[in-house]
Formats: sequence, structure tokens, C-alpha cells
Amino acid sequence: MVDVAIIGAGVVGCSIARELSKYSITVSVIEKDSDVSNGTSKANSGIVHGGYDSKFGTLKGSLCVQGNSMFKDLNDQLHFGFNKCGSFVLAFSSDDMVELHHLYENGKKNGIKNLEIVDREFVLKKEPNINQEVVGALYCADAGVISPWEYAIAMAENAALNGVSFLLNNKVTSIAKKENHFTIQTDKNTINTRYIINCAGLYSDEISNMVGVNRFKIRPRKGEYILFDKEYSGLTNSILFQTPNNGSKGVLVTPTYHGNMMIGPNAEYICDKEDTSTTSQGLATLQHKVQKTLKSIDYSKAITQFSGLRAATDTYDFIIEESQVKQFINVGAIDSPGLTSSPAIAVMVSKLLLNAGLKLKKDHTFNPNLTPIIKVNELNIHDKNKLIKKDPRYGRVICRCESMTQGEIVEALHRPIPATTLDAVKRRARAGAGRCQGGFCSPRVMEIINEELDLPVLDINKSEDKSNILIDKTKKSMEVHL
Amino acid sequence: MKYDLVVVGGGPAGLAAALKAHQEGLEDILIIERDTVLGGILNQCIHNGFGVHKFKEELTGPEYSQKYIDKILNTNIQVQTDTMVLHVTKEKELHVISASQGYQVIYAKAVVLAMGCRERTRGAINIPGTRPAGVFTAGTAQRFINLEGYMPGKNVVILGSGDIGLIMARRMTLEGAKVNCVLELMPYSNGLTRNIVQCLDDYNIPLKLSHSVVKIHGKNRLEGVTIAQVDKQLKPISETEIYIPCDTLLLSIGLIPENELTRECGIELDIRTKGATVDQNRETSITGIFSCGNVLHVHDLVDYVSEEGEIAAIGAVNYIKSNKKSKKEFAYTVPMEGISYIVPQKINIGDQDKTNIYLRVNKVYEQCVISGYINNSKIYTKKYTKLTPGEMVSFNIDKGKLSLSEQDQIKFKIEEE
Ligand SMILES: Cc1cc2nc3c(=O)[nH]c(=O)nc-3n(C[C@H](O)[C@H](O)[C@H](O)COP(=O)(O)OP(=O)(O)OC[C@H]3O[C@@H](n4cnc5c(N)ncnc54)[C@H](O)[C@@H]3O)c2cc1C
Ligand SMILES: Cc1cc2nc3c(=O)[nH]c(=O)nc-3n(C[C@H](O)[C@H](O)[C@H](O)COP(=O)(O)OP(=O)(O)OC[C@H]3O[C@@H](n4cnc5c(N)ncnc54)[C@H](O)[C@@H]3O)c2cc1C
Repeated sequence: MVDVAIIGAGVVGCSIARELSKYSITVSVIEKDSDVSNGTSKANSGIVHGGYDSKFGTLKGSLCVQGNSMFKDLNDQLHFGFNKCGSFVLAFSSDDMVELHHLYENGKKNGIKNLEIVDREFVLKKEPNINQEVVGALYCADAGVISPWEYAIAMAENAALNGVSFLLNNKVTSIAKKENHFTIQTDKNTINTRYIINCAGLYSDEISNMVGVNRFKIRPRKGEYILFDKEYSGLTNSILFQTPNNGSKGVLVTPTYHGNMMIGPNAEYICDKEDTSTTSQGLATLQHKVQKTLKSIDYSKAITQFSGLRAATDTYDFIIEESQVKQFINVGAIDSPGLTSSPAIAVMVSKLLLNAGLKLKKDHTFNPNLTPIIKVNELNIHDKNKLIKKDPRYGRVICRCESMTQGEIVEALHRPIPATTLDAVKRRARAGAGRCQGGFCSPRVMEIINEELDLPVLDINKSEDKSNILIDKTKKSMEVHL
Repeated sequence: MKYDLVVVGGGPAGLAAALKAHQEGLEDILIIERDTVLGGILNQCIHNGFGVHKFKEELTGPEYSQKYIDKILNTNIQVQTDTMVLHVTKEKELHVISASQGYQVIYAKAVVLAMGCRERTRGAINIPGTRPAGVFTAGTAQRFINLEGYMPGKNVVILGSGDIGLIMARRMTLEGAKVNCVLELMPYSNGLTRNIVQCLDDYNIPLKLSHSVVKIHGKNRLEGVTIAQVDKQLKPISETEIYIPCDTLLLSIGLIPENELTRECGIELDIRTKGATVDQNRETSITGIFSCGNVLHVHDLVDYVSEEGEIAAIGAVNYIKSNKKSKKEFAYTVPMEGISYIVPQKINIGDQDKTNIYLRVNKVYEQCVISGYINNSKIYTKKYTKLTPGEMVSFNIDKGKLSLSEQDQIKFKIEEE
């Protein structure tokens, strides 16, 4: 029996896990996929929002601003990487300017400090390459970008080191309410727990239904993106939103934490919660709308397209509450700005647990710090040489696009939440995330996985079960082996 | 550490450059290669067809490069493999990293850039759909099969009729896979004619011109692709869409010169070739830095790659030997109607007489001539029965005869016969 079972290891589940690892309680995270942060948390804009556009008085409004203010300290402890590059909402007409003032007022009510309306000159000085027809902007110096999965992984790893157990590859199929506890059935295990926190993202409604609480329904809303070669880095420096009008938010241009330019997302309601395909219409919409911000973009410089699904509901706010079924806490409908809000959501959930009767005694052995994977690129020459002398694997570049070394990839395979797939390596050590998209390094990374984890090459997956890269040996190599 | 000449990349271009520089009497030469072995992309090209021009025999890729490697190993040319060049500066400092030597800065009098190219990926052509396993660039699949001994799939569609795609159609068929078809966006193939015959026709693999993949299906492993015919503007025609079940999609949609080091160094690039802008000695906009092979422009035949390596080597040797840093005067080559690019982009008029011109045409032409003009007067002309974008055209012009002066423009175009 554990005290708390967290269902879903997205940014929300991982943040809650890390928050709860500060207390002397037993916590398990149950996740259906092979890695944490494999759902919506890996496919979004990666923006730590200022919090001016979430309506005052909503959970989103308050949690987003609170969450934003926590990222600096979190990054100092966990080193996932946070670039506070600031954001502009760009206005191109007087109507837009009126809307900006509304956003400004709303932001002030939400409690944002660093928020100002700026003129054209200010914008163009910071962003000389954008559409010169800009007339002004709402500038938020506190907004920034993170790599969302590195953030989630860091939260999860820190939680794991502080005693939280992670059950990956376990899909929750049913939940039975017993007198004083719940029995969770997954496709592989049975877990007894006193409290449940449901943060299953797109499936949070279905998990809630499992205990008979039909409080909300998730309608997936797709957002597509185009990511560009680093050749385009420096074209823009901050996060560039367009002024929303008539309910449409426009398309944003942002640097990713790693310095690629990214454009997106659109917003389309869809039916299938698994449908993360990109569409020709969606990509065309992005290309059309982005012209307002950047007049010409060379799409042959794109390196990948992807999409993420928002867990939207018709209440338009987060649902974070103990349900009618006691000791079952819903953390559902966490669409944007869920990433930004996640550390604040975690604190809120710990209070809900307290209110629901769980004793939260501080665990004095809690270590808030996490040692990240060594980033050879970021060391000075002296330290590089010292490291390579000690362990030559840090001198062998495997991923040439992102200059990731064998040492870094090997580390990724032995972290507290170890990578076992190509995508998981990519999310921890960036091999395959660059311009050649793994064309060059994937055979080498597979070799390393094979050696380090003793996993047969034919069993190595891109991501989930049955996503194997190779399907057989060649005729010739079979002869050799006979 | 100091060298007269450092060659970045140990593929056929770099090997030819180093060897030639040695033959020209240069002593202090270093080749840096990030792979554990020399030979570049040829290591995985185990098919025949290399060296027909250069050695008058049909060699496999490894046999071709071995001819150079053997010679190099008999010289005092230094070779550092398993070493990646991270930065090259204008001052010709090379920052390199390796497991054995750590992070080093190497100083060179001259540098030859020969980093080759990489393959274009799905992202560059915006194919919508899911992102399952089973979508490979043709070169990656080639590496898995030829070097690692693994099959990436059994039921294949190939997009792009570049040479690697054609060769892989045959290779996968020989390995027992079913190759459904090769799709080509353009109304003609970019591959060599001999490859279409020997790799597709001989195995009854259909080549569908003016076709593309419009959607990728499958959650974990590829399950199929939707293909469609495209119109004259290359837009898919939705009525022609068909679904082909398959577990593998190979992309052979073009190669991109690997010019990150070049760009970072501040060397001027040509948007047409995506390689450096060079003169007839393959010297870039930074004196003493030369470029050759696929990093300069994508070649179809390795013979020309080697030839270009040698040209760059002679340029580098002359640069090192002559101390005079006189101001250079250039005339320029200009691609006009029908020509997609020309290398070299400029001609140093204070230098040697013969200039070797490489160019590509922008579509298929039959019974045509290539002409060169300076100020409306024709200075060069040659007849061709057929020209295709896939086959590079190479010829010499005699600069002495041209009496070029500074800023002259030599305009090349395709004309009817
Ligand atoms: C297009 C787009 C752009 C966005 N941009 C931003 C932004 O810039 N800034 C920002 O703050 N927010 C942004 N968001 C919102 C943010 O991405 C989400 O709020 C956040 O990722 C939600 O995290 P989560 O943990 O709730 O959900 P998820 O990441 O979806 O995690 C839920 C997890 O539950 C697991 N699960 C589901 N069912 C089961 C089951 N039966 N058993 C076990 N496990 C299960 C899933 O596999 C998944 O890992 C964006 C969202 C989208 C879609
Ligand atoms: C799949 C394929 C099939 C082909 N088939 C034929 C054929 O049938 N007949 C024919 O004549 N030609 C063929 N070619 C063409 C010919 O092989 C190539 O044009 C030739 O290999 C290019 O030589 P290169 O030296 O310019 O580049 P490469 O062979 O690519 O060599 C470049 C080298 O530079 C190294 N390098 C790059 N960056 C760095 C760095 N930063 N630090 C250190 N080292 C670096 C690389 O590792 C590589 O070894 C084929 C090409 C391919 C790709």
C-alpha cells in the first residue's frame, strides 16, 4: 500500500511527484508509456508564460503567475535549462492596441510585475527582423522558454532520487474503491493506495469515470508546429505572439531553449486522443498566419513538424479538486498554460491532500538538487580536457548536429529514470534532435544502447512498444551467424 | 600543433586533396576525420560503378577509396580519425575534439574543407502525417544494411529517384524486401540513367514520375503512405490519391552540403550550390581556405570529387608556397537560362590559364548547346544530345584565350541547337 498514487507522468504528474517527495509519505507514479513526458508534455510551445492572458479570477490566472515565479529557483536546483528571453504580443493595428491594453489590465490584476506596453521602436530594436508594420507590443520580461521534457524529466528524476517510485509501461485499466483505499489495476500490476491523484492529461476524464465521477469531458484540441534548423537561430530573440482577435490567437514564433526557431500552433478540435499527426491544412495555416510576424521563411530549412493535443474542456479552466469520491483528486483539463502552472499546481495539490486528511511531515533527507548530465559543450577547454582524460567517451562525438558525445549518451541510459529508446535518448542527450534528425547518429546510438543495456539491436524501439527501428538481419549477416 | 595543410574530412575529396598536396611536395599535412576509418560515404557504397572515368574500371566504393588510402599510408601524411572538427576560424585555427587527444587547437597555413554532405530529411519537405519508426533516409538504410547487417524493413516505398534511392531499391530487393515503387516529384529522375536501368528496370520496380507522398500513417511503426500525382506546380492532385500499405519509407530527396563549419567561419556561401563561393582553385572568400567535393556542391560521380580535391590541393600548395598576398582580381561566372549553378563562381584573372567549369542544368534538355558569353560575344559553345539535372556537366575554358578583365561576367546558358 502506498500513500499516494499519481496517475500520469506528464509535467503535472512529475511536478506533483517532486513536490510530494519533500514529505515522509510513499508515492508511486503510474504511467502507460515507456518514458515520462511522452504525451502532451513533449509537444507544446515550451513557454513559461507571463500569465497576462489567463482570465483574472480563474485557476489558470493565479497558478500561471505563481508557476512562472518558481522557475528560476527550480532551474537553479535541477538545471533543466530556462531561458528568460521575454515575450512580445505584437500589435499591427489600433484595434490590436486596444486589445493589448485589455491584456495589460488583466495581467496586472493577475499580479504580474514586469509587464509594459511598448512602442514600435522598442520592439524593432529587440526584434529587427520582424514585419516592420508592427505598431507596438505588450512586453513581458518574465516570460521565457524551457525544454518541456527536460523539465519534466528533471522533476521526475529528482522525485525518484527522493524516494518516489515510477511504474512506467503501466496503463491504468480500472480503479476499485475500497473502504479506506483504492485498488488500481494496470495492464501489468495491482497497486493499493490511500489517495489517488489523477493527472492523466487527455485521459483524465476517463480515469475520473473509473471511480464514477463524470465531472468533465476532454475534447482534444490539436496544435501543430514547424521547427527550423539552427541556421535560423538569432532571426528572432524573444517569444513573439500575435494579438488575439475574434477568438483567434494567431501563430507564435519562438526560440526553443536549444536555439531552434519554432512556429505554431494552430488549434483544431479533433476526436481521436491518439491522433498527433500533422496535416497539410494545419501546416499551411501556420505558414499563412506567421507571415504577419515574419514575412518570409524558407521552409526547406524546417527540420521537423509535430503536433500536441490540448486537454481542453468546455469550462475553459483547470479542474483541480478533491472529487465527490473522497481521497480521489482530479487534476484534469490542464491545457495551456499547464506547463507554466505545473509547479504551482503541485503545491496546490499538496494542500488538497492535507485538507483531505493526509499527514504531510517534512522529510529532512529531501535533497532539492539534481546533478544534470554533463554538457561537454558548455565546459571550458581546461575542464573538457580534464573530463576527457578521465573518461575518453566524453571526447567522442556521436551526434554531429548537436555535438553530443558518447559519454553524454551513456549517462542518459543510466539516469534515475533511464532512457531505453531512441526518443528517450534524444530527450535527454539531444542525439537525433538536430538537423539530420538522427539519420547519422541513430545507428551509433543503437549500438551504444545495445552495449550498455544489453538490449538486442532488433528490440530497440523508437518510442513505444512495437516501434522497432530494424526488423531483421540481412541475408549475409545471417549466413555469418549460422 | 602546427601544420602546413589541414584537410577536414577523409572522404574521396579529402583523400585526393591530401595525396595531391603531398605529391606537389608539401610536407606537413594532416587529415582529420570524425569517423573511425577513412573513406567517407564510399564505405557504405558497396555497389559497383566507381572510378569509371578516373581508373577506367568499375570499382566498389570501398575499393575506390582504398586506392587512395593505400597510397596515403605510404607517405608521411598524418591522419587523425575518430576526431571531430568543431570550429574553423578565419585565422585557420581548427578546434577539434577526440577521445584520444581531448580538445585541441590546431594551426594551419592552409585548410581544405572536404566535409561532404548530409541527406535531406522528411522535415525539409514537410510531409504531413504521423511520426512512426520506419521512415529513413536512403543513406541511413544503406548504412544499416551494408555496414551493420540489419534490415530496416521488408515492404518498401521509396520517395525520390536520386541515385541513393535507386541503388537502395535494388539493394532491398536483393535482400528479399518488396519494393512497391519509387516516386519522383519531378517529371524526370535526378538519378543517373544507368542506375534507373540497372536498379529499377532490371527488377521491374515501377518509377512513378510526378508523384509524391502526401501522408504518413501508423502510430508506432509505419503502416502505410498515401501517395498522389502532382500537377505542373508540383501540388498534389487529391483525386489521384492512393494508399499503399508498407512498413518502410526511404527518402532519397536530395543532399545538402555540410557547411556548418564554413558558415560559422564567415565564408561566403552560394545560395544555389549551398556550398562556398570559390574561384578556379577552389579558394573560398577567405584566403588560404579551400573547399572541394560534396561540401562545395553535390557531385554524382566520385571521379569528379577526386578531381576537385586535386584542384583544391594545388591551390592550397601554391598559396602556401607563394608569400605574396597581392590583391586578387576576379571575373565572375553567371548561370543564366537553363543553368542551375556553376562552380567556380569566380575566376581569379591573375592566375593559371585553364579553368575547369562544373555546372548543372535545371531540367532535361535534348539536342541543345551550352554557350558562354562575355558582353554579348560568344566565347564558348558545345553541343549535347541530352542533358539532365542529375548529371553534372564538366568542361574547360581557356582563360588565356578569353583575355578576361576584372569584373567581367561570363554568362552561361542553354540554347537550342
Ligand atoms: C499545442 C500546445 C501548446 C502548449 N503550449 C504551452 C506553453 O507554451 N506553455 C504552457 O505553460 N503550457 C502549454 N501547453 C499546455 C501544456 O503542454 C500542458 O498543460 C501540459 O503538458 C499538461 O501536462 P499533463 O501532465 O497534464 O499532461 P500529459 O503530458 O498529457 O501527461 C498525462 C500522462 O498521463 C498518461 N496517461 C494517460 N492515461 C493513462 C492511463 N490510463 N494509465 C497510465 N497513464 C496514463 C499519459 O501517457 C501521459 O504521459 C500547450 C499545450 C499544447 C497542446
Ligand atoms: C549513397 C551514395 C551512393 C553513391 N553512388 C555513387 C556511384 O555509384 N558512383 C559514383 O561515382 N559516385 C557515387 N556517389 C557519389 C560519391 O560517392 C560522393 O560524391 C563522394 O563520396 C563525395 O566525397 P566527399 O569526400 O566530398 O564526401 P564524403 O564521402 O561524404 O566525405 C566527407 C568526410 O568528411 C568527414 N567530416 C565531415 N565533417 C567533419 C568534421 N566536422 N570533422 C571531421 N570530419 C568530418 C565525414 O565523416 C566524411 O568521412 C554516391 C554517393 C552516395 C552518398
